[in-house]
This record gives sequence, C-alpha cells and structure tokens, in this order.
Amino acid sequence: MSSLKPDNAPEFWRTLAEKDGANLGELVGDEFASRLPGTFDQVERRAFLKLMGASLALAGMAGCTRQPPEQILPYVRQPETIIPGKPLSYATAMTLGGRATGILVESHEGRPTKIEGNPSHPASLGATDVFAQAALLDLYDPDRMQTLSHVGEILPWSAFIGAMRTVMTSQHATKGAGLRILTETVCSPTLAAQIEDVLARFPAAVWHQWDPGSELNAAAGLRLAAGTDLSAHYNVENAAVIVCLDADFFSCGAGSLRYARQFARRRRPEGAGCRLYAAETTPTPTGAKADHRLPLKPSQVESLARALAVDLGVAGVGRGTALSADAQAWLTAVRADLAAHRGSSLVVAGEAQPAVVHALAHAMNAALGNAGRTVLYTDPIDARPVDHIQSIRDLAAAMAAGHVDTLLIIGGNPVYTAPADLRFAEQMSNVRLRAHLSLHANETSAISHWQIPEAHFLEAWSDARAFDGTVSIVQPLIAPLYGGRSAHEVLAALSDRPERTSYQIVREHWQDGGSTRQDPPYTPRPGVPPNVSRPGLARETRREVDPAFEAFWRRTVHDGVMANTTLPTRAIGPIGAIAAFSASPATPPGGIEIAFRNDPTVHDGRFNNNGWLQELPKPLTHLTWDNAVLVSPATMTRLNGTATPDFTGGERGQIHGSVVEIRYRGRAVRGAMFPVAGHPDDVATLHLGYGRTRTGHVGRDRGFNAGALRTSDALGFGTGAQIALTGDTFPLACVQYHHLMEGRDIIRAVPRAELAALKKEETEFPSIWPVLTDEQEKVADYKWGMSIDLNACNGCSACVVSCQAENNIPVVGKTEVMRGREMHWLRVDSYHQGEIENPKSYFQPVPCMHCETAPCEPVCPVGATVHSSEGLNDMVYNRCVGTRYCSNNCPYKVRRFNFLQYQDWNTPSLMLGRNPDVTVRSRGVMEKCTYCVQRISAGRIQSEREGRTIQDGEVKTACQAVCPTEAIVFGNLNDPNSRVSKLQAEQRDYALLRELNTRPRTTYLAAITEMNPDLATKNGHKP
Amino acid sequence: MKALPPVIAPGHTFATVTDKISAIVLTRRTSLGWWLGFAVAFALANVLLVSVGYLIAVGVGVWGINHPVAWGFAIVNFVWWIGIGHAGTLISAILLLFKQTWRTSINRFAEAMTLFAVACAGLFPILHLGRPWLGYWLFPYANTMDVWPQFRSPLVWDVFAVSTYATVSLLFWFVGLIPDLATLRDRSESRAGRIIYGALAMGWRGSAHHWHRYETAYLLLAGLATPLVVSVHTIVSFDFAISVIPGWHATIFPPYFVAGAIYSGFAMVLTLAIPIRKVYGLHDFITDRHLNNMAKILLVTGLIVAYGYMIEAFMAWYSANTYEVYMMRNRMSGPYRHLYLALLFCNVLTPQFLWSKKVRTNALILFVISLIVNVGMWLERFVIVITSLHRDFLPSSWGRYEPTMWDWGTYVGTIGLFLALLFLFLRFLPMISIFEMRTLVPDGRPDDATVRLKPDTAAGLEASR
Repeated sequence: MSSLKPDNAPEFWRTLAEKDGANLGELVGDEFASRLPGTFDQVERRAFLKLMGASLALAGMAGCTRQPPEQILPYVRQPETIIPGKPLSYATAMTLGGRATGILVESHEGRPTKIEGNPSHPASLGATDVFAQAALLDLYDPDRMQTLSHVGEILPWSAFIGAMRTVMTSQHATKGAGLRILTETVCSPTLAAQIEDVLARFPAAVWHQWDPGSELNAAAGLRLAAGTDLSAHYNVENAAVIVCLDADFFSCGAGSLRYARQFARRRRPEGAGCRLYAAETTPTPTGAKADHRLPLKPSQVESLARALAVDLGVAGVGRGTALSADAQAWLTAVRADLAAHRGSSLVVAGEAQPAVVHALAHAMNAALGNAGRTVLYTDPIDARPVDHIQSIRDLAAAMAAGHVDTLLIIGGNPVYTAPADLRFAEQMSNVRLRAHLSLHANETSAISHWQIPEAHFLEAWSDARAFDGTVSIVQPLIAPLYGGRSAHEVLAALSDRPERTSYQIVREHWQDGGSTRQDPPYTPRPGVPPNVSRPGLARETRREVDPAFEAFWRRTVHDGVMANTTLPTRAIGPIGAIAAFSASPATPPGGIEIAFRNDPTVHDGRFNNNGWLQELPKPLTHLTWDNAVLVSPATMTRLNGTATPDFTGGERGQIHGSVVEIRYRGRAVRGAMFPVAGHPDDVATLHLGYGRTRTGHVGRDRGFNAGALRTSDALGFGTGAQIALTGDTFPLACVQYHHLMEGRDIIRAVPRAELAALKKEETEFPSIWPVLTDEQEKVADYKWGMSIDLNACNGCSACVVSCQAENNIPVVGKTEVMRGREMHWLRVDSYHQGEIENPKSYFQPVPCMHCETAPCEPVCPVGATVHSSEGLNDMVYNRCVGTRYCSNNCPYKVRRFNFLQYQDWNTPSLMLGRNPDVTVRSRGVMEKCTYCVQRISAGRIQSEREGRTIQDGEVKTACQAVCPTEAIVFGNLNDPNSRVSKLQAEQRDYALLRELNTRPRTTYLAAITEMNPDLATKNGHKP
Repeated sequence: MKALPPVIAPGHTFATVTDKISAIVLTRRTSLGWWLGFAVAFALANVLLVSVGYLIAVGVGVWGINHPVAWGFAIVNFVWWIGIGHAGTLISAILLLFKQTWRTSINRFAEAMTLFAVACAGLFPILHLGRPWLGYWLFPYANTMDVWPQFRSPLVWDVFAVSTYATVSLLFWFVGLIPDLATLRDRSESRAGRIIYGALAMGWRGSAHHWHRYETAYLLLAGLATPLVVSVHTIVSFDFAISVIPGWHATIFPPYFVAGAIYSGFAMVLTLAIPIRKVYGLHDFITDRHLNNMAKILLVTGLIVAYGYMIEAFMAWYSANTYEVYMMRNRMSGPYRHLYLALLFCNVLTPQFLWSKKVRTNALILFVISLIVNVGMWLERFVIVITSLHRDFLPSSWGRYEPTMWDWGTYVGTIGLFLALLFLFLRFLPMISIFEMRTLVPDGRPDDATVRLKPDTAAGLEASR
C-alpha cells in the first residue's frame, strides 16, 4: 500500500491544509485547543472572577427565570444491597509501576467516594499511598479524554474495531512485522495473555514495554546479579540494620507501604529496634527517618557501594573514586554494624542508581546472609520482564527505520516520558497508524491518529499482581463515565472476538485456568462449559457453570486477593565476580550533577492533572504545583541565586526562586532554584512529571520538563551539566519555608537507650481557673482523642490526601496557595535540627488538636465553634459568619477559611465524587479538622442499634486509616484500655504548646532515635 | 512671652458671630474650591463603592488576608477610624463637663468628625466578615433558631460598644445642632432651606422652657458619652488582649489604646481644623489658643503611647517568654521592621517637637505634625495586627501579609467617604456652634467682668477684619 503513495500523505484528509501535508500533530492538537480554552479553568482565579462578576451581573435577570424541574424517582426495582445513605465497600486494586496495591473503595449509591487500603492485601495492609488516595479525583476528572476519535473525528467504538480488523488483514501476510504494541509494565495476567495471544498469531509483531514509573534499574540490577530475571522484595521485620543507597524505599515503589509499616513496628518502644543508614542525594522521607544520613552526589553512591562491598567481602569488586572523610566515617560505622548483624540486615539500592549498584546491594545481602531472611527472591512479577530502556530504544529505532506500520500504545505517555535522545515524537510520526489508549489527552495522543479514552481502573475489570505476586481482581465501581475502554477491550479488537467486554475477558482467563506461569488457582474441570460468558450463551446455560469456579471467583473478587497466588520465594545462587563489579567507575567530569527523580506527587507526570496531588505539599520541600531545581543552600549561594519569600503569602506561600538554565549534553531547561537543607553541593535534583504541554486545566503550565534533559543512558542522574542564572525569578508555591524550631519545644526526640528513664510529662499547667476533674470530664461515654507518633511518621502525606477526599476539601490552585490559603485540614510540617548541610529532619502531622480549653471557642461571636460533650471542637458551618477570629487565636493555626468560593459547584463529575456525609462548604466559612465526626456518628449509630458502645478501633479517622506506619491512632480516652489511651500514657507522650494550657486532645509521641554511638558524636546533632 | 490669644477674637457680638457662621451655609457662594474638594472626595467614595461591591460579589479573598494573617487592613482601619472618633467625644463631652470654654469653637466639627469616622469604622467589621449579609447574627435578637450571640467573644462586646458609641455620638451631635438649625431656618432665604432646616429644628423656638430642657438633655448626653471615651477603645483593645497571640495578649492594651485613640483623634481634629480655619477665615473663632491646647493634648497622649511601646518591649523581655521575646524581636528586626521604625518616628519622635510653644502655635508645623501622627497611629494598628499574627507559635505556619489593591481601595474609599461627608457638613450645617459661640462674646457672659472690660466690640470687629 505504501508504495502507491508518497510517504507522508495521509490516508484520508480532513482539510485542505492537511492534504497539503501540514503537520498532523498540530491539526489534532487544534481539536483540543478549540475546546473553550481556559474559560472554565477551575484554578484560574482571573477567569473565575470574571465569570463570577458576570454571573452576578446577570443574577438579577436569572432570578426571574424558573428553575428547571428536577425529578426524584425511587428505584423501580431496589437493588438488594443498596440502601440509600449507607455506603458499600468493594475490593479492587490499583496498579502503579506494574505492581498492584489492594484497595477498598467506598461507594455511595454507586458512586465511588473514598479509597482505603485493603488490610488483606500484602502490599497495602490497610494503608495506601498518596496516588491511590488521589486516584478518585482522576476518575472524576472532567479533563479526561471523553470521546474516541480518529484524526479529530469522533467515531464509535465499532470504527476502531473495523480499523483494527483492517490492520490484521494487512499484517497477515507479513505475520505482523509492522505491528508494534507498546505498553507500560504489564502485571495483569489477563492482559499479558491477550498480548501473547496476539503475538502468537502475529509472530513477527513486537511487544515493547516502557514504564518510567516502575523499577527499571532494580530489575536490571537483579538480572545482572542473578543472571536471570527475578523479582526481589524485602522483609523489614527481620532487619535490625538497614542501609539505603539512594533508596527512598519507605515512600517510593512497590511494597513501600509494607516496608514502612514493618519498619515503624520495629522502631516502636516495644519493637526490636532498627537502625537506618541512608546515603542519598535528594533529601527524602527515608533519609529523614534515617539515624545517620549521608548526603552524597549521585555519582558517588556507586563508589560508596563498592567500598562497602569490598569491606563486606564481596568477591571481585573494584573500588571506586575516593570518598570524603564524612563518607568514610559513615562507611566504617555501617560496615561494623552490618557485620554485627549478619542475616538481620538489609542493603537497599535506589531506583536512580545504575544496575551495578543494585547488583552490589544484592551481592552484599548475599554476603551478609540476608538473602531469604530480609531479601526475598521470587520469579519475576512482570508478565514478560524486559529491559525497558532497550525496548523503547528498539522501538524508536524501528520507527525511525520505517519498520512500523501500526503502533498500538496501551496507556502511558511515551512522547513525554521517553528519554530525550530517542526523539520519540519525531520517530513516531513515521508510523502509519498510531493508536493510543489513554486516560487523558496527552502529548502522545496529540500525535496519534486514534485517540481512545481509557477506562479508569475504577471503571473496568482487570487483574494485577502485587510485588510478591499476589493476584487481585480489579473490579469496577462505576460504569465508564466517558465511555472509556480498558486495555483488555483494545487488545480484544486485535482478536477474533473483538466484542468481548473486560469482564468476560478477565473472567474467562481465570476460568480457563489463569496464568500459565504457575499452578492455576482454579483448575477447569472437563465437561463443564468453559466459558459461560461467551456471547450467545443463553441465560439458562449459566447454571452449568462450575460452582467451584463461581465460589472461587466470588471469593477472589470479594476479598481483593486471589488465594495461593503469592509467588513462592526461591533461592538465589551465590553472586560472584561479575564483570560489572570489577570495572571501576569513571571519574565524573566537572560541573554539576543532575539527579532525575519521579516527582513525589505527580510521579512521572501521569498525575499531572490531579489537583489533590498538585496541591499536596511535597515532603520536605513543601512545594506545590511546580517542580524546582533543588540545590543545596551552599550551591545556591555560590551561584548567586536567591529564594526569597514574597510579602504576599510569605514563608507560607510564595517563594521567588532564581531561574537557572541547566545545560546538559546540548539540551537545556529552565527552572526556578529552590534550596533544600541536606542536599549535597553541586547537585541539582530535577523532578520529572512537570512541564507538560498537553494536559488538562490543572496541570497546564506547571513547572518545567526535566525529562527534556534525560537521556537513555543516564536515566537516574547525569554528570557534567552546567548551571547558570538567567536573571529571572519565578514564584514557587511553598507552604512551609521555615524549618527551624527557633528553640521551641515542637518536636521531641529521645534516644532508645534513654527511653526507660523518661518521665511522663504533665500535660497541664497550674491555672487560676477551675479545671475540670477527670470525673467531670466523663460526662459522656466517649472522650475522643488522638495520638500521633512522630517516631513512626515518615511524611508520606497520604493522610493529607485522605483527609481531602473524605472531607470534601477543595483545591484552591497555585495563586491561592501562594497567598497562604491552601485548605488542608491536616498538614505535615517538617523541621530540621542540626547543621544545614545535613540536618536531622522530622515530620509532624498537625490536625486540629481539639483542645479541652480551646482558644478558638470563646472568641467566636456567634458560637459557630463549640465544644461537644465528647470533647470535639465542633465547627458549625451554617452558623459561621466568617470573622476568622478563631483562626487568629488558634496557636496551632489549623483552621482554614474559605476566602473565596473554592469549592467547584458546577462541574457535574466532581459532584459525584464528594462524600455525602460531609457538608460542602461555601465561601466565607471557616473549617477545620473534625476528627472525622461523620465517621464517629456512623459508628455511634451502628453501636446504638446493636445496644453497645463503640469498640476501640471501630471508628478510624480518614488519616488514621491510610497511614502506612500506624502513626495516627484515634479513639476513646475514657476507655483506659483503648489503644489511644495506652499510647497517651506512654512516657514519650507530650502535648504540643502545652505551656499555653490549651490541653489538646491530640498529643504527640516523641521520636525515638537509634544512633550508632560511634557516629552520633561525630555527626554533631544529638537528639 | 507672647500671651496667647483668647478663645474668640475680640470685637464679636451676637450678631457678628451668627452672621459669620451662618453665612457659610446660607449666603456665601459655594466656592469652586468646595466643588473641587467635594468632587475628589466623592470620587474616592465611589472607589469605596466599587471596592465593596467587588468584595461582596467575590469574597474577602480579594484582600491580602491569609493564614496565618487572617485579619488585615479591615481591622487596622477599623481601629484607626474608631480611634479618630474619640477626640470628638472627648472634646464635646469631657471638656464640656470640665467647662473648658475653648472647646466651643471646635466641638461641632469634631463631633461631626467623630460621627463620620464611626461611620467609616463601622463599615469594616461588617465588610470583613466572610458572609457579611449575616452580620446581624452578632446582635442579640429574638429568632426562630433560638440562638444568641456568644457573649464571651470580644467581637460581641464590640458590637455593643460601637453601636452605642455611634448612637450616642449621633444624638449628641444632633441635639447640639437643634438651636443652630433653628437659626438657619429663620435666616434661610430659600423655601427648601426653610422646610428642611425647619423640619430638622424640630420646632425649636428658643423659649426658656426649650433652653432649660435642652441644657439638661445636653448635659445628660455629655454624661452618657463620657464613659464611652474610655470604654469603646478599651473594648476594641480587648479584641486583641483577650487572645493568646503574643503581641496581642497584653494587659496594658486598654489604657494604651484609649490614649492612642485620643492621640490620633486630636491629630485628626488638627488636620481638619487648620485648613478649614484658613479657607473659611475663622481665625477669630479657632484661635492659636485652640491650636496650643490641642497640641498639648497631643503631646500628653503621645507620651502615654510612647510609654505603652516601652512597656510592651519591656514586658516582652521581662516575661522571658520565648514567644513574647521573639515577637518583639521580630517587630524590630523582622520583615516589617521598617514599619515599626516608621511608627516610632511618627508617634514617639515627632510629638516631641510639641514641647516648644512656637511649634504649638505655628499652624503649618502643627498641621504637618498632625498628619505624621495620623500616619503613625495607622502604622501602630498595622504593626499590632500584622506583626503579631504573621509569626506566632509554630514556625511552620509563619507567613506574611501584603495588602492588595482592594485593601487599598477600601481604605482610600473610606477616607473619601469621610471627606465627602465632611464637605457636605461644612456646606450645609454650621461647622461651629453658633449659639455656643454666642456665649463666649461679652454680651453672652454678663457676669464675666474680664470680658466686659474689653475694648469696644465694634471697633474690635473692624480691626479683626
């Protein structure tokens, strides 16, 4: 066919310009540009104000019109399980980076409203990360791709099926030589089987994988070490000493929730203890939790790992470059500690480090006898493990060579995420038929012919494997809002049965015996109709379904985990002299080093249009809405750069950072510089995921694209870059710029050794006013209180997003954050202690303290904030007139005011996602943490119906429920046996600002440090 | 040493006083200057209208307030305007009770100033509400919700204090106007004037009965107004002193606020009196004696205010309280230090010039000083409100505040409203109490021997012209 036409001529043309050969990408892009640009941008204040003014002007006229009639109709047939007002919970799973996390989704009358962790899922244990929490907003995102289109023309699904049929016909002769499928990491057994099925019919077709959100270097390192494809995960329960080599493994990657919980449990006073060493570049939550953190340039980590490996007796390892005195001291202590904990230690390498560091870590673990105890190896989790970098390189090369006729991109955004040197967009334009399945219209869909809206994981059936191989069935909670299609359906279009639904596909897969890689969890029995849901099958034949399968299926879907699918651990052979070990790393050239990191909130850019995540302060930097060039304060000074608080918003809003240009290998980006204490000098951390050109209203024009500098041979970091001031400044929205405690008693930390000698502090000061006795306080059955363990909290911020989702907290947008008006009821403060080059950092989640003698209450002129009999500091939104006196008088500054109309009252899809149990606040009203009073009420109603009191643990606040480290515990202080009572009775319990005698119900547990005595004095900062 | 002039220039009689003051309202042509001045003031008042309209349409977020600084210009301006009003009440009520006759020539417009200042001040607490249309919830009124205001809140006390103050000030001013309104009614040449002034004069005929009741009522009102001079700003200071915020939580606040209020009030009276005297040629009635006396009060209250600053700093140090010490240090060296220094310059340094009698009787210098003090007292409120809030207990919540154009628009707008009302007052009402001035001329004080021995009144009048 291609021989009949000139190369660039489109198959069909839509406009004359296109026929003349105008760039297709621009044409397709125009489709989106015409979509009411900016008018309904929820976060654009100006547009909002204009609309507000106009609608106000028209309100007088509008007042005369009749409201359109609305009808409320009862169910004709009431579904058995649905009781209006009573939420239901369904198990499903979310996949990120090719690993599933089990979740439970709360559904109100068919609308998913809140995501919780699935306690029976090994990767969740009841907790979730920020991404799972915010996935809900992605589901309802009005900016999602809403229509299936081909070159801008809206077409029905059948048209796509027809197009795929044509592809199959045309590819038949060449056995699919021109067919390429590009996916992210596939951990769905069903999807993998579907793709394998396509490949079986088109043997010459190629399946490529590229997933910048998954652990590519880790997989490569393990392949290097073991010589075969394996997967590794950790068992922190057995680890008394952990050494992280640039690994943020408590907050990033598969299993991090589980590791964080295991670590926090070990670190509890009654736990066995666990000393954490972290050598890292970018300050991370894991580094903040470390007892001894060593800031290192990314290129030096390999040298450190080599030195450590040599010391630990790994064979054939060549030493790297010389280490600094600090690093040497750190290394000496670490080596001794590791040697003393053979079999109960753990060395973890981070994703940003090259494969060899990962291999060294595995070799060290093997040498220390940790394999099988703290490091567990299994068969690979990925359905088909490949080297993603090589895979995307091959694809780019094939496209460049014109070997690709049809490119089917299942999810992902390779045009944006692929390494810059591959010039993916350019190569992709050589492909004759490009189809892209995507949740959002992004850079990749912009240059794709077929733009297929993807069904959100809460809208479609699927399945997925967790980090340890456990399979979960992904069950939808709602029909696709925008007619989205799942990956299964798209691949089915390449099969001979394109009309199958996701449900049929997934169910049939397991009914047929499931994955071939291990024993099927359900074995089909002969004589039973294998595929119940095959089209045309009459309703009656359904009865013939094997009841065993039905039971298995129901159990699996209900539990959220498929029994007996956890991959067995296997031994790993001795890791001996590998060629990569002996080769010495090259001395890095001069200039600065740049570290590329997935962003803590928008990840690799896939959550770029999610307001909850954009507005979530990133741990330690507390930046929102943008990425920045993170450097050490010394480097910033050396470059004559500045980062100064603006008077508008100030330290809690707006920081103007000098804009720098970073040049690396002939490419350059510009970004605002931001100083971070503890960052190594002459290194710039660039977070990926920003600078998106095609995204929704929320993510548009945010930050800069660090990926433009990232090349396929330096995915984690690059050396020899130049950095120069441009003379401009850029306003960054930072919600906490001041991290010094100013000598105040805000964070407390106590060495584990001194724990026993610690005395419980009295929470009350003498007062001239009568103080309620304990008896008087017990007027009600319950006295709610909360305990927050600073020892456990690792600043992951899942609680913040969870609170936002549970309590209908609005997103205010960058401009408002810069004015110091973000609305989070719960914030995670961080404070630094010690020298600025390498401080010890602590996290402190601050919700409302629910003070017994709350300063906010007496100053409210209308009684809008009052004390309940159970000790809650209630906020009566209806009564609030908005004097804001309560906020001024709150020493903890936890109250949040609706300065403007922040809540979106117009977007229908967002209305669906709100929690119906929580009032949606309007402008001019104060709000704050309620201890999730709606959950308390639900618990009370349930308990009263059953004629009992609320049991301990029955009511969990939203923040508590998602916390991976169980740092937040809520409960009844009147019950001496409740967990919170016991925690508040602990020696290390203290009240924040207790000298004000506010008698807060929320108290903190001091952090426990486990310093190495050999290093504690050298490092300077004693707790 | 040059003797100070009397409180009224020699040579005036009942008739000349009445002529001179009522002529401004009734017979003199409205000058171009008035029109110009009124046009500017009215334009500014329209800025207020626009600012408030936008504010109500969009929300208080149009201002620069945020967390942690949830109160900004609105509260600063409220306290400033309320303070300005205090001089009027002090002059009319307290000086009346103390029989300070020099008050007579300035009390009328000082009272008018009070009223207009209270009107401006009263706008802010309502406008600063997140939902201003529900502002009436602060009043205790019978309602179906069966809810009362929360009486422990100083903001409720404010409602009572300010509304009482406004009511008493209005009554006092209006009652004082009645005999003069009757004069205007009698002298008005236009029918409209006769009807309007006649209605406002409420049937005043000047009978002995009227005078008797009038005097009693006026004295009673003065007695009622007197405690208000102290109470209103005391209660306003409670808005801050009751809280826990370092920089607000201070027992010195009530006296310090009252002194500050009188200080700023007298500064404003001077700011207004000096140009008015000049423009309308009222040197006979507002003499250097008045300026001197007011300057003295300015000096005394300025010293009290300076003492307040000193004690604030001392107590912060003496308390050894981390937060208090930091607050004071932050005021002096933090991001708003320039304002604090400016405040010290305006409120502490500048009034020291008033020790000199030459300065006290020099209208121009006095005018400049009064302007500086006005600015200084505004800065004082800004410093108290903003610098205390912007860095309180938890460093994680430290922020800053910067006013937006709407903050400025509202502030400048109230100045416009104030001036516009003042221009209307000058044009349509006797700015100096005619009948009270008449008590100052020799004929009005038959028992005052010193007055009767004065030279021939007619000649004196000629000379003064």
